[in-house]
Amino acid sequence: MSDESLNWERKPKGFIAKGVAPWAGFVVTLKTLFSKPVTEQYPFEKIEPYPRYHGRHQLNRYPDGLERCVGCELCAWACPADAISVHAEDNTPDEQYSPGERYGADYQINYLRCIFCGLCIEACPTRALTMTTDYELAGPDRAGMIYEKDQLLAPLADGMLAGPHPMAPGASDTDYYAGKVTGPAVEQIEWVRAHRPADPSVAGAARRAQEGVKR
Amino acid sequence: MSPVPALVTLRIDGVEVSVEPGTVIIRAAERAGIAIPRFCDHPLLAPVGACRQCLVDVASPGPDGALRAFPKPQAACTMPVSAGMEVHTAATSEAAASAERSVMELILATHPLDCPICDKAGECPLQNQAMSSGRDISRYTGSKRTYAKPIGLTAGILLDRERCVLCQRCTRFASEIAGDPFIALQGRGGSQQVGRFDPEVLGFAGHGEAAPGAPAAARAGLADPADAVTAELVPIGDTANLAPAAGPATTELPPVPEDSPTPGEAPGTALAADGTPFASYFAGNIVQLCPVGALTSTAYRFRSRPFDLVSTPSVAEHDSSCSAVRVDVRGGRVRRRLAGNDPAVNREWLSDKDRFAFAWQSLPERLTTPLIREGGILRQASWPEAIAAAAKGLAEADGVGVVPGGRLTIEDALAYSVVARTVLGTVDIDFRARPHSAEEARFLGQAVAGTGLGVTFDDLVSATRIVFVGFEPEEEGGIVYLRCREAVKAGATIVAIAPYASPGVRRLGGTLIQVVPGGEAAALDALADDAGAMAGTVILLGERLALSPGAFTSALAAERAGARVAWIPRRVGERGAVDAGCLPGPLRPALAAAIAEHGGAVGSAAADLEVPSATNPDGATDPDGVTNPDGTMGPGRPSGADGPVEPGSCAGRDTTAIFAAAMAGEIGGLLIAGVELGDLPNPAQARAGVERAFTVSLEVLPSAVTELADVVLPVAPPAEKPGTYVTWEGRMRPFPQVLVTTAMSDATVLAALAAKLGVPVDLSLTAAHAVLAEAAGAAETPIPAASPPDDPAPLEVTLPEDSVPSTQDPAAPENTIPPAEGSTPASYVPPSPVAGEALLATWHLALDAGRLGSGEPHLAATAKAPFAVLSRATAFEIDVRDGEPLQVSTAAGAIVVPVRIADIPDRVVWLPTNSPSCQVRATLGASAGIVHIEAAPTDQPEVHT
Repeated sequence: MSDESLNWERKPKGFIAKGVAPWAGFVVTLKTLFSKPVTEQYPFEKIEPYPRYHGRHQLNRYPDGLERCVGCELCAWACPADAISVHAEDNTPDEQYSPGERYGADYQINYLRCIFCGLCIEACPTRALTMTTDYELAGPDRAGMIYEKDQLLAPLADGMLAGPHPMAPGASDTDYYAGKVTGPAVEQIEWVRAHRPADPSVAGAARRAQEGVKR
Repeated sequence: MSPVPALVTLRIDGVEVSVEPGTVIIRAAERAGIAIPRFCDHPLLAPVGACRQCLVDVASPGPDGALRAFPKPQAACTMPVSAGMEVHTAATSEAAASAERSVMELILATHPLDCPICDKAGECPLQNQAMSSGRDISRYTGSKRTYAKPIGLTAGILLDRERCVLCQRCTRFASEIAGDPFIALQGRGGSQQVGRFDPEVLGFAGHGEAAPGAPAAARAGLADPADAVTAELVPIGDTANLAPAAGPATTELPPVPEDSPTPGEAPGTALAADGTPFASYFAGNIVQLCPVGALTSTAYRFRSRPFDLVSTPSVAEHDSSCSAVRVDVRGGRVRRRLAGNDPAVNREWLSDKDRFAFAWQSLPERLTTPLIREGGILRQASWPEAIAAAAKGLAEADGVGVVPGGRLTIEDALAYSVVARTVLGTVDIDFRARPHSAEEARFLGQAVAGTGLGVTFDDLVSATRIVFVGFEPEEEGGIVYLRCREAVKAGATIVAIAPYASPGVRRLGGTLIQVVPGGEAAALDALADDAGAMAGTVILLGERLALSPGAFTSALAAERAGARVAWIPRRVGERGAVDAGCLPGPLRPALAAAIAEHGGAVGSAAADLEVPSATNPDGATDPDGVTNPDGTMGPGRPSGADGPVEPGSCAGRDTTAIFAAAMAGEIGGLLIAGVELGDLPNPAQARAGVERAFTVSLEVLPSAVTELADVVLPVAPPAEKPGTYVTWEGRMRPFPQVLVTTAMSDATVLAALAAKLGVPVDLSLTAAHAVLAEAAGAAETPIPAASPPDDPAPLEVTLPEDSVPSTQDPAAPENTIPPAEGSTPASYVPPSPVAGEALLATWHLALDAGRLGSGEPHLAATAKAPFAVLSRATAFEIDVRDGEPLQVSTAAGAIVVPVRIADIPDRVVWLPTNSPSCQVRATLGASAGIVHIEAAPTDQPEVHT
């Protein structure tokens, strides 16, 4: 405080500057009068945010349709707002939802609490949890703002086989993570066909598998 | 007492600390408040120096007094301190820090780092120490070892071998503490691993299919079939480190029968009936001990993270040891239980039943709403409606019997005791939902009720000889077994008075005094004849002694000869029920006075309990009143109550008499809590009694009683109420409410019932504690002798060992227990079975068909398969061979189980009391006596009732 150099004062304005100053602010106004308006007609015209926008979460899948989430709860642990709740369960031979031993059986994010900081995304060890650019998160009641796993799970992409189904033959959970599994295998498709004949994803998966063979 | 040894002074990181000689450096550092990372070190296990994580720089003075540094860092967990030693941990020595970092790096080089899918993550010493003394970034780029995972060690415990750091805590626990080494290190070098003697790993030849019911099958879909535990496994005998057994007038342990179905069995090892190595009752401890996530429990696997859990210290409800537990709750449900640390009771150990069997408290079928019977059908009702119906029925009933069962907290037991006597006006109350005798009731009244802390766990450990009479510590005592093992290691000898040497007794290196069922008294008398050996002897009496005439009398005679005697019931609430006066007949005066004082606000009820003058009208007229079942003179019966107590019945009906009276219509009402009809000595009679009488059942889970009851009032399981259990020692074990619910304790429900009956009584915890404190205080002063010969016995138990013989009243040598039903130990002759008949010997297995084990299939899968035991001669007599099915039958029904040949008296058959497919009381309707045995038709391997 006693340092003289800290005592800084603006130089007094000159004669011309004093005269122009009251009108200078209108420059912006004038420019805007003749430019295109930026108003977003939001409900009628949706704006696509930037790709890294922190929007609604998504639980991703491996290319063969198995879930990436192993229910480790690291996202819940990382969450500074305590918005995430995860319950893990055992994968069984009859119900294999994710590669390896465990999967996230129950996954909830409370969007009334979430602050979209993205720490959960950083914490996720399997890249299961990412954020989409979906920002339309509003609702009429509180309960509805707790998103369940079925709302968060990524939809099946073309050629994916709906779970549960066994892991790709010979593949370990590490192989999945390393990207060595590129699509549903014939054995997996046959398994689903045998256990859930009406599953709509079988046709697409079979087509994909065939294309894979051709390639 | 040996003089206190001089302390050794050393410096650790410059901090001077003085410890007892022989202390290892790591303990001394703890004393100085210096943390040294460790994995293998555990204060209750022998040092092993396996993990090398605790390396420190040590210099100690040589012969010339000059400090000489050890050339390399030393393991702090194995090196004892010496005077003048200078220790530098990683905090002050670069060499130690470097060693610590390097060891951590080596450990992590083979560790999978799969924390996201590992149960231990968040409470993992390896995680924590990797953070505190590891590197930031791994330099290891090679591939890590992988194993098929997980493999099942037991049905309840899974092993992920790649996570193991080979600290050997689990194997040391199994061999040192539990004494049933079902796991060991196998293989060498890089392929060394913990396992169950897996032939695949050990390279045995000729092993094929997996054993039936092999634990790995529980997770067959995940475990590699090659890892399935196979049938012929070779456990290691563990009798080497036990003191040799030596006792007077005893027979040495029989060798294993030569035609044993397990050729690889070493003497002294225990195998389950199916030939697989016995899965320990204490196996769950290794999950808690494991410093990494290599050992996990099937029930808890993937269920939770530490930060999800709310932990509450509590007390386990499965045996009378009342072990300290930590209950972990997530989302309003108990997820797991861990051993608490209570050096006086369970140290840091827990039986598997205490650890895993908690699901019964939250089963989906649990009773949640009151039910009342209307038109023969139970329907849901509101609480006021149900209480009103119960009150109306009980008030109209012509006499009420109260059977509170053996699983209550002492506060709840006291509530039953008070309600029975003041509100219902009856002395027909008996907690013993199992075979019982009048002799037992007298023993409990004299030597147990209100005697406070008697023989303790620490007394067991310091005993020179422990005698089991009618008691199987491993099956019936929970943590008592581990403390007995501790005693054996400290030099005690074990003597079992039993029909045959159970695996638990054999593993304790015990000596068997073989008796036929019912012959315990004579054996005890013979033992007590050697009075010189009785000092330092602790005699443990089990609940099945009630079936052995004269045994309790002999035990008290042995106590007068200098031994110390403890009664160890199987159920958690029995000791508390005794102290709370849940025995037929009047209350003991101290308790009656305390109830009268602290229940004084409740008006007329108090008057019923006032301590009578010496001229107790009932006691004076009734010879039974001379020695009340509580052992002392007390009020003959509540006088003012309107319940009809029949003349001459002031001693009260016991459980059997209550149900017999109910069946005969002499008693019109029953108040029953926590009782399984199948546990009762005569289930058929009890069922008929419940059917006939107006029955109010206070229960947690649906049972045969609730199905037949007229009013069912749901009460809280232990996790949902606060309370106090009493250990067999007499130690109070209060525990808090773990879960927040609206469920009410028995006492709360009874208070509402009493209020509805027009006799409001204060049954709150506060009142109960005041009563019990008052009664305990009064018990310390000598009780006035209304009947002189009966006086000294209650005080004997608390006398110091060395003063017992000299302070006894010489005028009353045989005073303690009047012979029951005219039989004396000398005159008791066991019935002699003819060929094709046998005397039934039976006791409960720790893991059986008991209701509190329900809902936990992984634990149930580790239970022993039921089997019968016969002597070779008897088996020959009825032409049944080892392993073949045996049919044991009475007029009531028949049980078929495989037979094992063992050294048991001829024409005696042993059966587990309540195992699946072998429910002795429910099927045979008998707990002792003569049963028919014959080789079962081979096409009927299952049970027929």
